[in-house]
Amino acid sequence: MSKVPIRLTVNEREVEVWVGPNQTLLEVLREDVGATEVKYGCGEGICGTCAVLLDGESVNSCLMYAVQVDGAAITTLKGLAGDDMPLHPLQERFLEHGASQCGFCTPGMVLTAFEFVRDHPDPSRDDIRAALAGNLCRCTGYTKIVDAVEAYTRDQQASTP
Amino acid sequence: MYASPFEYATASSWEEAVRILAEAGDDATVIAGGQSLVPMMTLRLATPGMLVDVNRASSESIWLDDGRLVIPALTRHADLQRSPLVLRLSPILSEAAGFIGNVRVRHRGTVGGSLAHADPAAELPTVAVALRGSVDVRGPAGERTIPAADFFVSHFTTALEQAEVVTSVSVPVLPEGHGWAFVELARRVGDFALVEAAALVDLDEDGRRCSGVRLALGGVGERPFDASHLAATMIGADLNEDTVVDAARAVSEEVEPPSGVHGSGEYRRKMAGVVTKRALLAAIRRARRPEGEASG
Repeated sequence: MSKVPIRLTVNEREVEVWVGPNQTLLEVLREDVGATEVKYGCGEGICGTCAVLLDGESVNSCLMYAVQVDGAAITTLKGLAGDDMPLHPLQERFLEHGASQCGFCTPGMVLTAFEFVRDHPDPSRDDIRAALAGNLCRCTGYTKIVDAVEAYTRDQQASTP
Repeated sequence: MYASPFEYATASSWEEAVRILAEAGDDATVIAGGQSLVPMMTLRLATPGMLVDVNRASSESIWLDDGRLVIPALTRHADLQRSPLVLRLSPILSEAAGFIGNVRVRHRGTVGGSLAHADPAAELPTVAVALRGSVDVRGPAGERTIPAADFFVSHFTTALEQAEVVTSVSVPVLPEGHGWAFVELARRVGDFALVEAAALVDLDEDGRRCSGVRLALGGVGERPFDASHLAATMIGADLNEDTVVDAARAVSEEVEPPSGVHGSGEYRRKMAGVVTKRALLAAIRRARRPEGEASG
């Protein structure tokens, strides 16, 4: 079983990597692309720490083989903020609300919340909780995370013409 | 842990998928969404020598065909969940899909994959049996259609022969105004179901008597359990909570769920009655008030 080259665009940067078929997208992102902000939590798709956006849609990178996504555009947490701002507004709200303690769940949590609010601009608190049901946090007890996402949705609504 | 090495092939049509599978023999497995397969491979519970990636084998959308709703195998659970056609014509499918895993699992997991995987606790097999769906299959000998009741044979075992693939599943469109509900009991959101019930109810014009009922349970045995005959006492009867309770008790007495880490057989047996009751009551409520009950 030999390696094959695949091309990925990661946070708008094009990369070419050589991968074996049994290497997951998660492994390739962390080891070959250097995107260590994508975390390995469970390896089974349950915990949400490996979440990335694949062509704009969140997926479990631990459950995809890199060979399957040749040509895809991947967005990680580091791709949320543009080049001209240090942090994305959602990240600012996380900081402000104390929604991150050890930080391990944070990349996946922020990406999931980002996608959710992008697609559901006016969620209730219960909607937010349901949307984050696939992202486990062992530290915060979730309340401050929901607070942060709620504050972010208000930001988004305020800035939407 | 990581998967043992494998050859990787892609199929750009169902015909090609079948051809590759037939040539490769038993050592080859189909990968679609991978949300059930890849965890098994990571844990080395499955060690296929070849994966045949079918994600590009077809790009069909859900369509209506002479009174039947046809759902292509590669339909992602998230798309099933929000399909306007499904919400209008067979909303129980949307409700059930919402219980599958988490949002990321639903973005990749496919209807065909869920049916072919045949987890006894899975949502879509249970609903397929409740709806009397039919599974369309293609293999080296051609195409055939298998009723859902016959498709699910045992744990993770279907009627698929070697080199056969699921290409779509079709369900009859039920009369407008029919009642429907899918109820799942799990320890946490996204966990595998302990028990689940899919109920469909038709009421007569007055909305007082039941003219038809379909009921299926998942998580109570090796495959979905068609319990419609146990709810048949509801047909023709004035519908009240007692008729539903009788049906729920009959279900609870009939099933013999296995014990497991997350629940004893006795607990599951009791809960089978609970989810049956909740599903039937919710379906009746929806049948009595068809407008405004699109979800929840």
